[in-house]
Amino acid sequence: MNASAHPLHLPRGHAPAAVSLREVTRRFSGRTVLNEVSLDFAPGEFVALIGKSGSGKSTLLRALAGLDDGVDGEGRISVPQDRSVLFQDSRLLPWKNALQNVVFGLRGADADERGRAALADVGLGGREDAWPNALSGGEQQRVALARSLVRQPRLLLADEPFGALDALTRIRMHELLFRLIRQHRPTVLLVTHDVDEAIKLADRVLVMEAGRIVVDRPVALAHPRLKDPHFEALRGDLLAALGVSDAV
Amino acid sequence: MSLITYATGFQPSAETERHPVGTQAARPPQLAPSRLPRGGILFGPVALVAIWELASRIGWLSPKFLAAPSTAVLTGIELLSNGTLADHFLASAQRAYLGLGIGVALGLGMALAAGLSRIGEASLDGLVQIKRAVPTLALIPLAILWLGIGEAMKVALIASSVLVPIYINTHAALTGIDIRHVELARSVGLSRGAFLREVALPGALPGFFTGLRLAVTTCWTALVVLEQINTTEGIGYLMNRARDYGQTDVIVVGLAIYAILGLGSDFAVRFWERRALSYRKALAS
Repeated sequence: MNASAHPLHLPRGHAPAAVSLREVTRRFSGRTVLNEVSLDFAPGEFVALIGKSGSGKSTLLRALAGLDDGVDGEGRISVPQDRSVLFQDSRLLPWKNALQNVVFGLRGADADERGRAALADVGLGGREDAWPNALSGGEQQRVALARSLVRQPRLLLADEPFGALDALTRIRMHELLFRLIRQHRPTVLLVTHDVDEAIKLADRVLVMEAGRIVVDRPVALAHPRLKDPHFEALRGDLLAALGVSDAV
Repeated sequence: MSLITYATGFQPSAETERHPVGTQAARPPQLAPSRLPRGGILFGPVALVAIWELASRIGWLSPKFLAAPSTAVLTGIELLSNGTLADHFLASAQRAYLGLGIGVALGLGMALAAGLSRIGEASLDGLVQIKRAVPTLALIPLAILWLGIGEAMKVALIASSVLVPIYINTHAALTGIDIRHVELARSVGLSRGAFLREVALPGALPGFFTGLRLAVTTCWTALVVLEQINTTEGIGYLMNRARDYGQTDVIVVGLAIYAILGLGSDFAVRFWERRALSYRKALAS
């Protein structure tokens, strides 16, 4: 119950936090998956959350997305109403074409127009009528990214969005996400297994273990991050925190 | 592909003939049968008709036992040209499709009620499962007592047997909806009405079509049985009367018409299904 025992990152400056969690706990059939997590994200902050499988990182994301009702737990969560979720699988509806998928659930007379613009933003202008079946895995995930961003969310929750893509497509997606996030400036929580991906994209990296945040580090590296002389040191620290040594 | 082309186009030299296995790879054993060429499925039916015709011509098959296909074709043309066949055909088709239409509407309505509400499922699902266990034929006595021996009884029984496959398949598709799509709908803040329209119903469409394909077959099966009861027109009546007169050629004509109608209905449903679910074939096209 002692909140000060846990890392508590205060928002920078005086802006109110975009996202705030206080002693958030979640249990699945008696097993504690999130253990009194308290966090604050500043508006526009890009936070990466890494951790081993089963460490609770997806549970944290789902709690922020409001997709965990029926799950046992307590704590206070404050998140913006306008938030988008980017899932690991693109979750396109197979009976809707690319444009219809992008504007899925979007209201307003200009929805189609905004959808077309969002598709063009992810490099799929002209593919509005394509069925999801006819798109490659990377293209499907770009449609999903367009669907997330067309809503102009104040919070983007991305749950290992590039985990199922091949290595080359993933690099292209990093560049795309980075560019689009700079345009729209939402607060971002990116859950990932990939330490390099986290350092490349985020302003701040959290490491989760057994339901707690055990590392909370700002990423003070220059872009492109992989070229920064301090990249290797940070990468080594984070891998060590995950209990992995990169010996090869 | 290239291996097969190589094997068939390969001219063995004297050298390789002496070491057929060692120097050149033998054609790999074919483990799974290759695909049938277009229309290959017709081989069995055509062969059967040919043997049947031959057996009739050389006198192994008496016309009293079974008429020759050629005789049946001639009889069919004759019945068609004097208008008898058209009347009976229309009477049968009307019964079948009226029953089919009512049954599909009822089955769909019940599947939606049971698939989308708990009270609907509690009220309807058990009843349909019980109905499914009772053969249609067993309901004939009661249906005759309630509805008489006329058209109403026949259409009602066809509808009641059609309802079952429509209900079972549509209901299963509605309740088996992908939880990931439900989460997505929640994350974009979809209303319940929009969810039904944009996710639940399109998601259940493949199940409905599976049910419909079974239903068109079921409706013809039910028709055949019901047309044996007190009819003065219809393909079944035509066949019954032919039995009394020993006209095996007319019976064969009736069987052929049932087969054509059944296959035709199935083809029509598949055509409609392909168009409605065209998104599934995006990769192949």
